[in-house]
Order: sequence, then C-alpha cells, then structure tokens
Amino acid sequence: MNRNLTTIVLLASVTTLAACAKKAPETLPPPPSQTVTPSQPSPQVQPAGPMVGTQAHFAAAVGSATTIYFDTDRYNIDSQDAAALQAQAQYFARYPQITFTIEGHADERGTREYNIALGEKRANAAKNFLVSLGVDPGRIAVVSYGKERPVALGSDEASWAQNRRAASVIIN
Amino acid sequence: MKSLFATVLLLSTTLAATASAQDLGAPIGEDGAVEKAATDASAAPAEEGISFTVTDESAWQDIGIAIPAFATDRERATPANEAGTGALGREIARVITANLRNNGLFKPVGPDSLPQPTFSQITAPAFSTWSGRSAEMLVHGYVRARDDGRLVVGCYLYDVALQSELAREGWVVGPADWRRAAHKCSDLIFSRLTGESPFFDSRIAYIAETGPKDRRVKRLAVMDSDGANHRFLTLGSATALTPRFSPDYSKILYLSYVDGNPRIYVYDIGTGKQTLVTENRNPTLAPRWSPDGKFILYSMAVAGNTEIYRVPATGGPSIKLTNSPGIDVGGSYSPDGKKIVFESDRSGSQQCYVMDADGSNQKRISFFGGRCATPEWSPRGDQIAFTRIAGDFNIAVMNTSGGNMRVLTRGWQDEAPTWAPNGRIIQFFRTEKNTGRSSIWQVDLTGQNERRLPTPVDASDPAWGPIRP
Repeated sequence: MNRNLTTIVLLASVTTLAACAKKAPETLPPPPSQTVTPSQPSPQVQPAGPMVGTQAHFAAAVGSATTIYFDTDRYNIDSQDAAALQAQAQYFARYPQITFTIEGHADERGTREYNIALGEKRANAAKNFLVSLGVDPGRIAVVSYGKERPVALGSDEASWAQNRRAASVIIN
Repeated sequence: MKSLFATVLLLSTTLAATASAQDLGAPIGEDGAVEKAATDASAAPAEEGISFTVTDESAWQDIGIAIPAFATDRERATPANEAGTGALGREIARVITANLRNNGLFKPVGPDSLPQPTFSQITAPAFSTWSGRSAEMLVHGYVRARDDGRLVVGCYLYDVALQSELAREGWVVGPADWRRAAHKCSDLIFSRLTGESPFFDSRIAYIAETGPKDRRVKRLAVMDSDGANHRFLTLGSATALTPRFSPDYSKILYLSYVDGNPRIYVYDIGTGKQTLVTENRNPTLAPRWSPDGKFILYSMAVAGNTEIYRVPATGGPSIKLTNSPGIDVGGSYSPDGKKIVFESDRSGSQQCYVMDADGSNQKRISFFGGRCATPEWSPRGDQIAFTRIAGDFNIAVMNTSGGNMRVLTRGWQDEAPTWAPNGRIIQFFRTEKNTGRSSIWQVDLTGQNERRLPTPVDASDPAWGPIRP
C-alpha cells in the first residue's frame, strides 16, 4: 500500500516536476509552511507534505496568498493583493507545468447578475496582474461565481469581506 | 488509490475541457391554447350592468363574491378527478376562490361554506339565496365531460343586486389542463370587475433552491401562477440561474454552469433539448427576450468587461449594444420593443439607463440616491420596476424617465422584480439574513397585499410569463 503510493507520487514527480527534483532532499518532514515538497530519487523514502500539482501544495507554498480580497463593488489590485499575487507568480514560475483557475466571487449584498459580472472583473484583474508578472495567460482559466459560492456564511461585514475575493485554484 | 492515480494523470490535461455535460430532466411537453366553447344560452354577454376601473384600492376591499361549486350535467368519471365531474366542479371553485382571495381586491367565499347550485341554476341563479348571504357578486359554472374525454367548463359572473349576468365564457380543456379552466374563469371575473387585463392563466419560471448556504443546489423549475403544476426541469448537478420564459412559452432562457462556466442556454420545452445562446468561449449571463420573441438580449464578459448584446432568437450574428469600461448588464424591452432599460455602473455605481433598441441614445434615468439594479419594464409600458439598493435591498417602481420613484417592499434583501402579465402585481425574491434562504413573494403596484408564494422548496429568480392563449 505505502509502496504503491510512493511509486505513484514518484511517477508524478518524475514526469511533471523536473524542477523540483533538483532540490536537496530534506532529512526531516517539513512543517506545513515549508514551500517545497521533498522529492527523492529513491522509492524507499516516503515523501512528506502535499504533492506538487495540488491545491494543498500551492497553499503550503504561498500561505493565505492563494486568495486576494476586494472592497465592496471594487476590483482593483491594492498593495496587499499585489504582494499576494507576486507570491503566486513566483510559485507558478517555479512550477511552469501547473495550470490554474482564478475564481472571482462577490458578497451576497449585490444583485445576482451584477455579481457575476463583478466576479469576472475581479478574476480578470488578478489574471492580468499575474500575466504582467510573467505568468503565461494560456495557463490561467477564469470563472466567476458571483455570490453563488460564499466561504464565510454570516450576513455581516466580516463575512462579506472574506467573500469578495479572487481565489487561485490549481487545476488537477 | 485508483482515484489518486487518475488525479495524477489528469495533471497533464488542458484547461477548457467542455464535455457534453447534461443536467436536464425529462421534458414537460408543449404549451397550447385553450379552446373556447360556446356557452349554453345566447353568446352575447349582457351589455347592461357596470363597468369600472380601479382607482381607489380600499373601496374594493369589501367586494363579496360567492363562488359555489360548479355543477355538472351528469356525474361522470374523468382523469382530472377520481371522484368524478361533480367533485371536479368543487375543486375548480376552490381554485378560483384562492386566486381571487390572494389577489387582495376581493372577499371571495368558496364552495366549502356555500350551498351548491343545481345544473339548471347555473344560467338562472336563485338570486334571493345569494342576496341573503350579502354576496354582491356571484360566480356560477359547470363541468361537462365529453365523450372524447375532454372537459367543457362554463363560467358565469352575476351581479346579485342587479340580478343580471355580467360575463360568461366557456372552454374546452384536456383533463390534465382543468386548472387552466379555473384560471381562465378567474381571469374573466377579475377583468370584468376591475377593468384590468387578465393574469391568472400564466406560468412562472424560477430557481428552486435546497442545501446549505455554501453548497446551494439550484435547479430550473416552472409552476402555474398559483404555484400548482410544479415541475423541476434540471437535476441540480449544475447551478442554474435567472430563467426567462419566451413570450409563447415554447422556450426558456437561463444560465447554467453545466460546462463549468456561466453560460446562457435556450431550453426547448417541447423537446427538452437545449442549445447555447451564442457559440462563444466567453461567459454569457442575464438573458432576456424581446416582446415579440424574435430577439434575445444577453450580457457577455470579454476579458472581464461585461457588455449587452442582441442576437436573433433563431441564431446569427450578435450585435453589441453597449460599450463602456463599466459593467453593463441585463436589459428589459419596453412592450413596443423600441427601447431597452438596463443597468450599468459606468457612473461609479449600479444605475438604470434607457437606450433605443439599437443601442443608441443611452441615458441614465435613476437619480434618486441609492442604486438602481435589475430594471424590468412593465408590460403596460408606463412603469419600470427595479431593485433599489439603499442600505437594504427593496423592490421599487418609477416611471420610464426615472420619476415618481416608490419603494414597495421592506425586506432585508428583496431582489429581481418580475411583472405579472397585466402589470398590476410584481413578484420578486427575498433572501433571509444569515441563513441565505430565499423565497418568492409578490406585491401590488400599490405596495399592498404582499404575500409569499408557496413553493415546494426555497425559491429565487422568478420570471413571470405572459397570459396564455
């Protein structure tokens, strides 16, 4: 069982993660905040942490920077968003085989159709910023969910602030 | 283990794999016209009596209408009611009573607390019986099962004080359509007593919602104007939103995420098949019909910027009607098809604009503070209903140049008005704070008679279709 898993992970690493294979192997499992999954040429070593090509790996690498947040009815990239997108751009530069979707969202305090259009603006603003940082636009899909998929479920300003977002999601 | 391996393999797949995803349920069949039947006595309705228009709603609160069970010439079996045509006559009177009561203009009394007239009394009412019950108006009717299985339903309206007939009509319906005869009769009564156009014999497309707030299942559904004959049209594996009935009820435009992206489909009710409104990789949203059903308005986001387009309903090239860096979305035609009201945030916030149908002469009309969203032109042409956002979200109306704004509802989040075919009533959906649960409500143009529509599950995005033929 474990051996099978290791083999598969290794296969994935070899076929898709050439850049990663150059990294020096870790001797200890890295803490969750560690950016790089160890990848060993030897099948005897159990890899630790999430696999490259998964959302978990992306999240472990960039932390909360997978998602950027917006003010009410706005879609501009502020300095905080820019920092998060720079972290994303570095990650996507390191793993050029990864494709991803930027999901644009709005809070519930908007009309349905306008919110879908607004989510489009937000997701495209994030996409354009990443492209300006060198990410190939062909790797980026965009979808707006408007107010249909909230992450915070309250009807209060704190929840709405979490829902006005553009989230980068690894396609796998 | 297997799924993990599959996941690994999928790493190499490309971005936009749009397989032939399906979320459609069984089709419900075409909608048809109701055949009119000659009523028994002379065809000409009584010319005397009274004719009036509603000017003061409160004056009508006390109109007492007696609606006893419809009689039958001969008790016969019918698929419409397992107990036979007599029991069906009682059901029809109940439907009419509920229609008129829910409308708020009348005080109808139904068949369950009234004596039952005989078949011969339908054309010769025992007026003394009814005046003794302080009924001002009297509805009589009959049900007759034909040998071919179809039903003939006659409907008569009498003025009790004048002891005269005000209106009569008859219809031939299939047993499955017996409610339509009840709605046609309700429409006859409503129109004769108010001078307004009918609206009961109409259908509503909407979105049925279930599940928790963060994993809401949203299905396309249809129902009669009174909530009966409810049907789900999609299965719920993909989010469906914002339906619109075509003017002839043969198709429904709606948004579905069935291929992973928001796209508008034209769903054919007769065949149960659907097609994309436009072959295009960009997301499309906010579908609308022109009043004659020949054109479709849709909004499309290109590189994040949403504009409004028009395409012939039969297909062909799209014409871009708006062009601003802001969000331009939606659109609702005036009944003559010459103008379109739409929303745009080009000024910095959502506001309502009017343009000519070809996109020229775009002019903002909302200047009353707050935001103006989801405008819908009244079928009568003189009013525009919209979502007013000023703190809370409420349904409001204004005239077509943005004047005389009146707020009709007071919910926390009331959204997306849709007009009854006669322009007297507005439906909308109300979302509950925190739970996110939604329901369909309706309110008069006067802001009165607000009530919740009964739906089997939570409901949003109502779209009221026209009066049926």
